Amino acid sequence: MKYIDEFRDGVVARQLAAAIAGEVRSDRRYHLMEFCGGHTHAISRYGIKDLLPVNVRMIHGPGCPVCVLPIGRIDNAIELAERPWTILATYADTMRVPASKGLSLQKAKARGADIRMVYSSADALRIARENPEREVVFFAIGFETTTPPTAVVIRQAAELGVANFSVFCNHVLTPAAIANILESPEVRELGTVPLDGFIGPAHVSTVIGSQPYEYFAEEYERPVVIAGFEPLDVMQAILMLVRQLNDGRAEVENEFTRAVTREGNIKAKALVAEVFELRRSFEWRGLGEVPYSALQIKEKYRAYDAETRFGIGYRSVADNKACECGAILRGVKQPTDCKVFGTVCTPENPIGSCMVSSEGACAAHYTYGRFKNVPIVKGSA
Amino acid sequence: MSAVRADYVRPVDFKHGRVDMTHGSGGRATAQLVDELFLRAFDNEWLRAQNDSARIVMPAGRMVIATDSHVVSPLFFPGGDIGCLAVHGTVNDVAMSGARPLYLAATFVLEEGFPLADLKRIVSSMATASRLAGVPVVTGDTKVVEQGKGDGVFITTTGFGIVPDGVDIAGDRARPGDVIVVSGTLGDHGVAIMSLRENLTFETTIESDTVALHELVAAMIAEVPGIHCMRDPTRGGLATTLNEIARQSGCGMVIRERDVPVKAQVKAACEFLGLDPLYVANEGKLVAIVPSATASRVLAAMRAHPLGRDAAIIGDVVEDAHGFVQMETSFGGRRNVDWLTGEQLPRIC
Repeated sequence: MKYIDEFRDGVVARQLAAAIAGEVRSDRRYHLMEFCGGHTHAISRYGIKDLLPVNVRMIHGPGCPVCVLPIGRIDNAIELAERPWTILATYADTMRVPASKGLSLQKAKARGADIRMVYSSADALRIARENPEREVVFFAIGFETTTPPTAVVIRQAAELGVANFSVFCNHVLTPAAIANILESPEVRELGTVPLDGFIGPAHVSTVIGSQPYEYFAEEYERPVVIAGFEPLDVMQAILMLVRQLNDGRAEVENEFTRAVTREGNIKAKALVAEVFELRRSFEWRGLGEVPYSALQIKEKYRAYDAETRFGIGYRSVADNKACECGAILRGVKQPTDCKVFGTVCTPENPIGSCMVSSEGACAAHYTYGRFKNVPIVKGSA
Repeated sequence: MSAVRADYVRPVDFKHGRVDMTHGSGGRATAQLVDELFLRAFDNEWLRAQNDSARIVMPAGRMVIATDSHVVSPLFFPGGDIGCLAVHGTVNDVAMSGARPLYLAATFVLEEGFPLADLKRIVSSMATASRLAGVPVVTGDTKVVEQGKGDGVFITTTGFGIVPDGVDIAGDRARPGDVIVVSGTLGDHGVAIMSLRENLTFETTIESDTVALHELVAAMIAEVPGIHCMRDPTRGGLATTLNEIARQSGCGMVIRERDVPVKAQVKAACEFLGLDPLYVANEGKLVAIVPSATASRVLAAMRAHPLGRDAAIIGDVVEDAHGFVQMETSFGGRRNVDWLTGEQLPRIC
């Protein structure tokens, strides 16, 4: 397939692997965090780890919109879905995320709530227009990539006067999360989590551009390489990070030049600024309350804000005690460090959110990587 | 004086009529629907006898029974509809044991309000499929449920067949050293359905591959009766089927991504929807596990048949007590090909 196969070419991958192996220094280790779940998924799906030297370690970051949603927000979504005459429209990934009392949106649906899976925010608005006698709430989640489409439907709803449509806004911001990780005591003081550099987001950066990362590179002296979600993008970014670290540089470099500019998508950013404003604080699973890390709907569009419209109050709920999602999302632990990984917690019965989305670190490792270390013996029948 | 004959019954209105509760009450309306629709479409000696059961003569040998409910939505899709699917699905389930399918039984659950024109279209497609396959529908049943309690039409079919002597095909017979063969491109049916369901249109229409495979199976076992396993990778796709067989047989499998046939359009649609073709449903493909010494003969027999033109050897059965299915990626790495979890979901970010 044109424009896809070129970025999955095994021959080029081996050349890049050889280049990385040739440039890493044997006297040091390279701890690289891929922020995005999209990168985590690509690394697991294409077996990129197999192609890296042993002293290059990939640490999975918190960039999976489903994984960082705290239990309390899922509880809120269920509360909204179970209101009479209400339809909750949601991206499919959120359906299986565990909520309080053993519930999830999937289970709430089975109990009778009208929950519809949609591919886009536009589908949610369409459902509202097709069902004028019902209240339709769009469960909006995601980083900067999914924020502009939500802004579009809010503006459209206002223009068209769709009175039965509202948005439960859970849009979060990438730079705030990266700053939070770099500010965490584990990384800053204790040194328990060595973090030498970042693979920067692909799709998020098409919207916000490469400029917001310049602060991290300078202030925290960590190199950032923005990379696409294809496996060769990831390999190339790793090579660029290794080079920066070897040279003692901490710069923002852009591997994903076919889609990302320094300024990003100016039109999309303007649209987001028109509809949303910063939320004073937002709870992230794993990171806790992070100031100014999420968006809320502006006064002008308040009529479309499900939280104010239905008086939804947020209540924080602690994660399951055995679940290590928090530490995994901060890069402090790996999925296999968690006692319930692969035993009690599986994709069929997720305890924590990292086991739900295919971009979650636990689900990716469970699905693609857990056979590792099992030798292959071909029979002789 | 009325000109109407005393025994006149107004025919069922297959143009504008709809299914109502009387069609399932067992009374005159039910009988009329059976006569004018099902009997006419499926016409054969067993149905003509109009008994509650069909008396059939089974040849001597090991009998195979398989049953399958069809609940597809949408009911009509590019390349087929629920009617022909209900025939193909069950004929294939019977055939995957190496058996020759002989008879079908069919049950219809209809939803009140369903257009009779659509029902007629479905039944006639089913009758055509049954005739083409040479497997008659010999008995059946119709029920009607109230509006909102069904999804138009559900069809359950049960198939009966006989396994030829010397054939022993079962999911627990895969052995390390065996070779994995598929009969053609994967994911066509699932992508055809999903693009309709999600209102996605692509430049070229992807058609479902729904088809009866028993003749292909017959050609394969005529060449190599000693095939170990055979299955049609329907729900959950190839990945799920291989995991099932690996678990039943207590061995592992390694497939090679570059050898797995997938149409370019299907690949593109999957890319777009965030799906993996290995997990997408097929309705006209089979996967066979055969001793390596016979692999080239099986492959040649498959490729000589129109339904196996794109057949390919895609991997090997290996020793692995964990029963993992793995794939050598075109990229050069190795990864697990796990059981399907939930439904395949689109990516959002």
